[in-house]
Amino acid sequence: MEALLSLLIGILTATGVYLMLRAQTFPVVLGLTLLSYAVNLFLFAAGRLVVGQPPIITAGQAGYTDPLPQALVLTAIVIGFAMTAFVIMLALKARAELGTDDVDGGEY
Amino acid sequence: MTLTIAVLLPFLGAAGVAWGSRLGRSTAILLALLVVLMPAILVLSLLDPLVAGETRVESFAWLPAAGLNIAFRLDGLGLLFAGLILGIGALVILYARYYLSERDNLGRLYAYLLLFMGAMLGVVLSENLIQMLVFWELTSLSSFLLIGYWRHREDARTGARMALAVTGAGGLALLGGVLLLGRMTGSYDLSVILASGDLIRAHPLYAPTLLLILLGIFTKSAQFPFHFWLPHAMAAPTPVSSYLHSATMVKAGVFLLARLFPALAGTWEWNYLVVSFGMLTLLTGAVIALFQHDLKGLLAYSTISHLGLITVLFGIGTPLAAVAGIFHIINHATFKAGLFMAAGIIDHETGTRDMRRINGLWKSMPYTGTLAMVAASAMAGVPLFNGFLSKEMFFGEAAGVTDAMALGWLLPIAATLAGAFAVAYSLRFVHDVFFNGEPVDLPKHPHEPPRWMLVPVEVLVVICLLVGMLPALTVEPILHLAVSAVLQGPPPEHDLAIWHGFSPAVLMSILAMGGGVFIYSLRHPIFDWWDSHGGRVDFRRGYERLLQLVLTLARGVTAWLDQGSLPRLLRFFVIVALILGLGGWLGSGSPIVGSVGLMTLDAISLITGLAMAVAAIATLIWHRQRYLALVLVGAVGLMVALVFVEFSAPDLALTQLSVEVVTVILLLLALYFLPQTSRAETRSPRLWGDALIAVLAGLGMSIFTWAILTRPYESIAGFFLENSVPGGGGRNVVNVILVDFRGFDTLGEITVLGLAGLAIFAMLEKLRLSGQMAAGPGMPWHWDRHPIIVSALVRLLLPLALLVAIFILLRGHNLPGGGFIAGLITAIALIMQYLANGIAWTHDRLPVDMHPVIGAGLLLATVTGLVSFLFGYPFLTTTFGHFAWPLVGEFELASAMVFDIGVWLVVVGSTLLILIHLGLMYDASHDDPSVAGSGPLSAAGASGPRTDVAPLAESGPKSATGQSALGSSI
Repeated sequence: MEALLSLLIGILTATGVYLMLRAQTFPVVLGLTLLSYAVNLFLFAAGRLVVGQPPIITAGQAGYTDPLPQALVLTAIVIGFAMTAFVIMLALKARAELGTDDVDGGEY
Repeated sequence: MTLTIAVLLPFLGAAGVAWGSRLGRSTAILLALLVVLMPAILVLSLLDPLVAGETRVESFAWLPAAGLNIAFRLDGLGLLFAGLILGIGALVILYARYYLSERDNLGRLYAYLLLFMGAMLGVVLSENLIQMLVFWELTSLSSFLLIGYWRHREDARTGARMALAVTGAGGLALLGGVLLLGRMTGSYDLSVILASGDLIRAHPLYAPTLLLILLGIFTKSAQFPFHFWLPHAMAAPTPVSSYLHSATMVKAGVFLLARLFPALAGTWEWNYLVVSFGMLTLLTGAVIALFQHDLKGLLAYSTISHLGLITVLFGIGTPLAAVAGIFHIINHATFKAGLFMAAGIIDHETGTRDMRRINGLWKSMPYTGTLAMVAASAMAGVPLFNGFLSKEMFFGEAAGVTDAMALGWLLPIAATLAGAFAVAYSLRFVHDVFFNGEPVDLPKHPHEPPRWMLVPVEVLVVICLLVGMLPALTVEPILHLAVSAVLQGPPPEHDLAIWHGFSPAVLMSILAMGGGVFIYSLRHPIFDWWDSHGGRVDFRRGYERLLQLVLTLARGVTAWLDQGSLPRLLRFFVIVALILGLGGWLGSGSPIVGSVGLMTLDAISLITGLAMAVAAIATLIWHRQRYLALVLVGAVGLMVALVFVEFSAPDLALTQLSVEVVTVILLLLALYFLPQTSRAETRSPRLWGDALIAVLAGLGMSIFTWAILTRPYESIAGFFLENSVPGGGGRNVVNVILVDFRGFDTLGEITVLGLAGLAIFAMLEKLRLSGQMAAGPGMPWHWDRHPIIVSALVRLLLPLALLVAIFILLRGHNLPGGGFIAGLITAIALIMQYLANGIAWTHDRLPVDMHPVIGAGLLLATVTGLVSFLFGYPFLTTTFGHFAWPLVGEFELASAMVFDIGVWLVVVGSTLLILIHLGLMYDASHDDPSVAGSGPLSAAGASGPRTDVAPLAESGPKSATGQSALGSSI
């Protein structure tokens, strides 16, 4: 299970980084989105993988997974959305002002 | 609290006056004067114990561990300066009302002046030195605003920037000095530092400390060779110059000299450094002042010279010299403020400040002329005016140095020479302007100014005269208090009389008077010589060269790192991260795999994982077909939510799911305005290089994750799990962490979210982009924008969706849910209305303006935090209780829920703000009715079948992939 998750985080990072290095805005935004999935999963995994023990205090439950990384990741997801929104609007602004969707403002 | 409030009032008042000035100039001035009056009353209310010899200190713990307290102090020196700051401040406010033309924004000037006043009060009333530095920097910042008040003028901007750069750099040096002082004495409190003079002077770090502190003082007080910023600051409106360069800004430097006198003075380093810089300043200022043809330029260099004089006095270091220094601070503030105001009146009435053109004003402005003459006599040091007394004391002290210091004989000579030049430039100010023939080609016909414009000058001139003639009755009490505070002991015997009998000082005075008249009588040949030879020495050039050097250096470094290409910068970033990670691992020498056993892999997890991997790789492969890539990214996001479900994180799964929906909608809307495909990048070596970097990064992350997951785990989770129910009153620990334990973090997060929303709003405002005119080549958008079945269904769904959102919000404290998730669900529910029914229909039924919602959310969350202060608990402490209602039964209410409602509002507001304005941008971009209604969030409803499809506005290749799906899904 750990190997699978490590592999997935690796794949998400690799695809994210590759798209992030593209020369046009939209792929960069997609790359950032994939990269934030990877980062969120990584942060979450730092609290270790626990099955069937949600951090909700319940009588008779044997144990609980670590709630702290979850709280961190929850806000990270929301802030990630704000960031994605901001970047895509920047892309629109750049297209309106520069007439191109190239990240460096020109075509090459 | 009294002092603290007195210092903070001008800051609050600045905002109030800026707002109130829209009600008219009279309201603005009344409000501003009120803001000056209130701190004055507060300070005066503390007068009695002060006179009895008590120093008042108010201290609040802030970061006691770092020696940082909010601490204010009132002693004689602080009282004197507070009096100057507030008194002259009030006069300047009155004066400015008549000086500024109707076109200038009086409220803005008053707001800046009050900001500056608050900062100055903070400097002179601070007990904690670090805190004083904060105010010190605030004076630099607010003086920047004041000097650059006429921001349309190039010279104002240059002058403001120069003042900020020089005093700001000095402030940094001062910070270093203060930190060293704190290190030596173990405290930043003045009470401690002033009492540890011996310890400081004997310390090996004394010399560097002194140098750093003097750098701060000399830059602020415009001492040679940092004096050049002051004449350039004359680009400010004259009321500002009158305030900054008489009583405040530049006096902050000499104030600190006086303040730290007991701690630093009394060594040869102090004597020689302070005296020699002061002497140079005294002399150069006085000489250059004579040659200024600009009225304000003359006063500026004269100010520099007088600051040098005060500096010399503190440098001499005897108790009597300190008395003279303080006395001259008072005198200079009064006559120089008056002179600046008189210069402003002359400028105001004649339209120029050039003394070669302003002549013979005595005929048209005799009253102003009389006032100016009194103030100028004080500046020259003529008997019966206040300047004479302190100058005479200065001469006496200078003569006394002859035997005390090596090369001490230089000082009396320099002092007499400077005195002569002071007489000469004062004569020039009076004679050139009011006599000396007829005016030359004045832009305006001069006459006496409005009555009230003269009142501040009159007040100052009367003070000059009263102090000059009856010093013991007028100035002695405050001088006594201030000097006791400077010396931290009883003041020496001194006699503020006009005639002390014959002494070297009298001789020097007579020499200066005679010399001054002599120099002035020779003015024509001297001016000619200066204009052709001298006067070219401008330290500004050195400053500009230095500035240029720093800028070139900074640009070089930036250009080397950032070559204007995002991919290149990101490549650099990823590679550096890889190298650092690899280096760290190699350096540690620990194995990759840890000791912890693994979990077994089950089939469902494997399938989910495979699906995610396939979707991610498919995104990569088809990333040039943007719509398809977006759908695939959405799929990856859903799989991520499933991972959260699997590993005991229901809150995360819900959040991920709802964020995913909103993100995909957002990107779809944005994609409408962008090309539908990406260009193929042709340079394959770069592509392969990027692929290599990406694979290495992925590999690194995999190994890193693997290494963490196979190692034993320790956590502070126990605390949260144990205290969630008893302490936070909630069973959903994640939510309790968010709204209670780490509520402050969450407050920050929602602030960021709100800011992002507002920033996006600002970016989209006035943005015009034409989108896709058709779903694809030869495929017009469907004519029915809002199919009736969808809109009917979605309308029906709205109450249900909102109910779900509220349910999720309320149960969040105990079960998966909470403000973030509920906010996203609410946003989705409302966005669906827009998508299904169009903006026009929805706007008729929903408030459009989301700013108040964001504001209300932030306010609610903050107020919830502040309420705990009322009960004496720290910020954001929560409470909860159990209540019982009939039918409902017993239930629990926690104050954290109110906080969570704030979170909910901010999330709803920001999300809707972003999405709605993206939709509105479409309408704004398509005013042409022939294309209106062809977009995804169109305002127009079903407008009948369309056959006229405008040609594609896009450049670049097009693809039909998924375009019809885009059209019908929205």
